[in-house]
Amino acid sequence: MTAISRAERRTSPLARLSQTWRHGDRLFLVLNATAALAVLALVLAIGVKLWQNSALSRQAFGLAFLTTTTWDPAITQIFGALPFITGTLVTAAVALIIAIPLSLGIAIFLSELAPQQLRQPLGFLVELLAAVPSVVYGLWGLFAFIPSFVKPLAQGLNGTLGFLPIFAGPVFGPSRLAASLVLAIMILPTISAVSRDVFRAVPSSQREAALALGATQWETIYQVLVPYGLSGLLGAVILGLGRALGETIAVTMVIGNNLDASASLLHPGYTMASIIANEFAEATYDLYLHALIEIGLILFILTLLINLLARLLIWRVARGTATEGRS
Amino acid sequence: MSTYTGLGGQGFSGSSTAAGRRLTWRKANNTIMLALCSVAVALAIVPLIWILVYVLRQAIPALTPSFFVSLPTPVGVPGGGILNSLLGSAITVGLGILVAAPVGILVAMYAATRPNTPLGLTVRFGTDVISGVPSIVMGIFAYALIVEPQKHFSALAGGLVLSFIMLPIIIRTTEEMLKLVPNSLREASLALGAPEWRTWLSVMLPAAINGVITGIMLAVARAAGEAAPMLFTAFGNPFLSTRLDQPIATLPHTIFVYAISPYADWRAKAWATALVLIVLVLALNVLARLISWWRVQKVGIVPR
Repeated sequence: MTAISRAERRTSPLARLSQTWRHGDRLFLVLNATAALAVLALVLAIGVKLWQNSALSRQAFGLAFLTTTTWDPAITQIFGALPFITGTLVTAAVALIIAIPLSLGIAIFLSELAPQQLRQPLGFLVELLAAVPSVVYGLWGLFAFIPSFVKPLAQGLNGTLGFLPIFAGPVFGPSRLAASLVLAIMILPTISAVSRDVFRAVPSSQREAALALGATQWETIYQVLVPYGLSGLLGAVILGLGRALGETIAVTMVIGNNLDASASLLHPGYTMASIIANEFAEATYDLYLHALIEIGLILFILTLLINLLARLLIWRVARGTATEGRS
Repeated sequence: MSTYTGLGGQGFSGSSTAAGRRLTWRKANNTIMLALCSVAVALAIVPLIWILVYVLRQAIPALTPSFFVSLPTPVGVPGGGILNSLLGSAITVGLGILVAAPVGILVAMYAATRPNTPLGLTVRFGTDVISGVPSIVMGIFAYALIVEPQKHFSALAGGLVLSFIMLPIIIRTTEEMLKLVPNSLREASLALGAPEWRTWLSVMLPAAINGVITGIMLAVARAAGEAAPMLFTAFGNPFLSTRLDQPIATLPHTIFVYAISPYADWRAKAWATALVLIVLVLALNVLARLISWWRVQKVGIVPR
């Protein structure tokens, strides 16, 4: 008896607590669940706050806010989000067109082709692209990428395909094209990392069966692996789209911030995120501020829907492989 | 590179039959497409190297020891540095960790203990949703939550935004690492009579501690580079400030302000600041990777 109590005395206070106090597990569960609920509350709070703080703009313009092209804080005080919505959608779409083939190529190389020793270091290098801060992309884009790559490219496109409205001149340095190219680089690591994981999740029995039937390695990838993981790959692309829609500082620095009404990619433009970054701190009256917050609300809803869709698609692949077993 | 070109075709290759021509085409197609995949990897690494080299070349002239320990000077006055931004970044990021790390670890433990309950699934979904919210929207949220009621920009609002940005990263990495801890450890602890909470705090969490640290470091690396939400929360401050209720300068915000200014001197400082930030962020990323790699070596579990 005495030996036990002496041993008890020597143990840590934490140990003594766990021996004497019996409500620990309940407290632990309550604490964890509270934290978990706080995460959900945060999502709700963001939506509610944005909704409340855009009230003036919503009352003044209603749904017409989405279709109005005027943005005039100085004189008429009429606000419409259409130029920013189209600017965001156009730059993100062009970025995706560039990034999808590249990132699928990277994912295929990293999961199917690269020698085992090269996979991790190369994958890490590609992921480092995601680690570079957005403001550094903007700085590099503005002073290095635009003058030595984007502008010559834009002049070439204008010279050869200038009859198309999307490549109409005059050519500017900071432009929608510059923003799309920088966005494409920034979403490369996201799309390629997720699609690499999707390819890896395909059971090797699928590969072996295709090869045994006489398919070449490319045919195996294109006709077996891609269809098998299609919803996961789609999820990866949509995840990249979500990042492209919300990207702010880099885009603000290279897009030129101009309410240009033309369809030309070579002209400067505006996105939802860049108008907020540019004018939020300078919004001098409440309606102006609320109009900017309403743009934030639209952006929030858009990225929310897109992320939900992406996660559902990726989860479906993950669940599919869980039943079949990985190898 | 091991390219597999398909069986059964050798007899036909080079022959002039239709099947032989088709096989030659299939083999050529195979080679071309696989080569294009390798080109894609090379293309992705070009911008990374270009950015690193360019920032380094532009930054070196402006980078003197006094750059780190002096305050910004007005335009035209020589010298001046980023002491206020360094300190401001440390304060806001530190505040972010203080809020996000404990909450994130608790949430991760909940998600790891009860992965298939309705709340467990919802929380993982909510975490994904938060990680998808653009940082500028987080900035507006913090503005509406703190800056507007208080009527002034503050370091507190900046730190809070960063904690929201960190939270999903910490939750996800910690949860993944907790899942890697062998279940037998947990069972052994429970069999010895330890209650559930003691098992998690004294057995599971220490076993996954490297993963937790990795998650926090990745979160710090991400948060330290965020400029967008700082525009209207921490706002920036040309003077040295350590007060949480006052505007404060941060490294990414300073880069942004200097970069879009018309002064050559400020632009040179933008490059130097960018180098400081990029070295900081990349070092954190590499270190985080090494720690988790070392962890995997020690326990002998290979994730995925």
